[in-house]
Amino acid sequence: MNQFQYVRATKSQGAIDAVAKDPQAKFIAGGTNLVDLMKRGIMTPQKLVDINRLPLAKIERQDNGLRLGALALNSTVANDALVRQHQPLLALALNAGASPQLRNMATVGGNMLQRTRCSYFYDLTMPCNKREPGTGCGALEGINRMHAIFGASDKCIAVHPSDMSVALVALDATVLVSGSKGDRRIAFADFHRLPGDTPEKDTNLEAGELITAVDIPDGPFTKHVHYQKVRERASYAFALVSTAAALDLDGNTIKAARLAMGGVAHKPWRLTAAEQSLVGQPATEASFRRAAEVAMQGAKAFKHNAYKLKLGPNTIVQALRTAAAA
Amino acid sequence: MNAEPELESPHDDSRRTFLKQSSVLTAMALVPSPVVTAAAAELDEKVAAAFEKVPLSLKVNGTKHKLKVEPRTTLLDLLREQLHLTGTKKGCDYGQCGACTVHVDGQRVNSCLSFAVMHDGQEITTIEGLAKGDELHPMQEAFVKHDGFQCGYCTPGQIMSAVACVREGHAGSEGEIREYMSGNICRCGAYSNIVAAIQDVKQGGQKV
Repeated sequence: MNQFQYVRATKSQGAIDAVAKDPQAKFIAGGTNLVDLMKRGIMTPQKLVDINRLPLAKIERQDNGLRLGALALNSTVANDALVRQHQPLLALALNAGASPQLRNMATVGGNMLQRTRCSYFYDLTMPCNKREPGTGCGALEGINRMHAIFGASDKCIAVHPSDMSVALVALDATVLVSGSKGDRRIAFADFHRLPGDTPEKDTNLEAGELITAVDIPDGPFTKHVHYQKVRERASYAFALVSTAAALDLDGNTIKAARLAMGGVAHKPWRLTAAEQSLVGQPATEASFRRAAEVAMQGAKAFKHNAYKLKLGPNTIVQALRTAAAA
Repeated sequence: MNAEPELESPHDDSRRTFLKQSSVLTAMALVPSPVVTAAAAELDEKVAAAFEKVPLSLKVNGTKHKLKVEPRTTLLDLLREQLHLTGTKKGCDYGQCGACTVHVDGQRVNSCLSFAVMHDGQEITTIEGLAKGDELHPMQEAFVKHDGFQCGYCTPGQIMSAVACVREGHAGSEGEIREYMSGNICRCGAYSNIVAAIQDVKQGGQKV
């Protein structure tokens, strides 16, 4: 691994300044993805700013929702009584991700900033526009069975790996960030970006901006929720396709619905048209199937991932069916 | 995956980096403390240059250690190479197999995916810290009794994870145990015996 300068920050402003003024510097929190990428030489920061001592790990009740500190551990959030009471979908999604050991290390902010697990991004001998802009996309004509069916470009067809983010986009979360120009709030749906011509940029964070918290507004989705994750073994694998589903039911009638998918795009993929198709409908297989059809409009497969065109809608139906019965 | 910079390569800018860092080192030689508190006044940061070793205090299996490490040293490498606690195993070294599982302040983590310097002041428990003298920990006893291993390479990580699994309250059923032990891979396939060992400890109600 390359050598690097190590800085332990005890104030947010110091951390932000240290990263903002140095393009070779990175924040490190749990490190579960960054250390992995550094060992492989995929990321080679010259300076690491350790933010673990910053007071950003609280989970708090706000007037109209929950605030998750950016340094709250994935396991802490998943087991938190407030989270389980007010946002059980988030707990389900978190527990579907990684392993117990990794969830004890990974933070809320770091989970959102995970890089893709595209095998071409991880293989230094292969072209990858995300890792090395301008070298081409190895996956486009290569082994692309794990890749995107929505929102891809001819520069990148990688998918975002986070489960937590799929729940957060469905729950209308907001990301709080601090930077050298001050603080701002970013709607979760606008936090990650599509690859377009600049797949090297995963998010809309500015250089040196630090995620400080995630706000989740209260909603009616406290009972009928489910996170359905389909993967190649029963646990501890990235999603082929996943669906976060939340329903607000009045008897058997759907008053409101939230749906988002993972494993299908460069960002957690919110399905607003499919949500709208469910409102006012009975919570039946036919309604779920129709919503899944709406959700899949515009999907485009590559050579090896056409299975996702069937797996996607089936996963949505399964998630909605389980959520309704919860 | 050795990414040591090839200092002699003219095509590699690591030589330049090396020279740059060398001059930093030379400058630092004038500073008595190995910890440069540059900009500490306004940023309140500790700073270690790339080639500099950082002081680190750890309590490992009940023993306090004052150490010096390069920032890039993982907790796993520190335990094995500097403290010679080789019970903790390096399997994949990428957080995929769980052989390196240790407890940090009581929580199980992958020691391969963490820089040691990030654990200053924390308490580490490794497989060597479970037994009390010649008396095995109940989970170690159970692994022996149920034949919870074949080659044994994954076993220290399995046992550290299994202890945490019971402590966390995630050993309520076979399904729950399998889910909460999924971060530990066993290529010999001793899974059913590992599950039996954990169930035995859980049902025995011994303090773990």
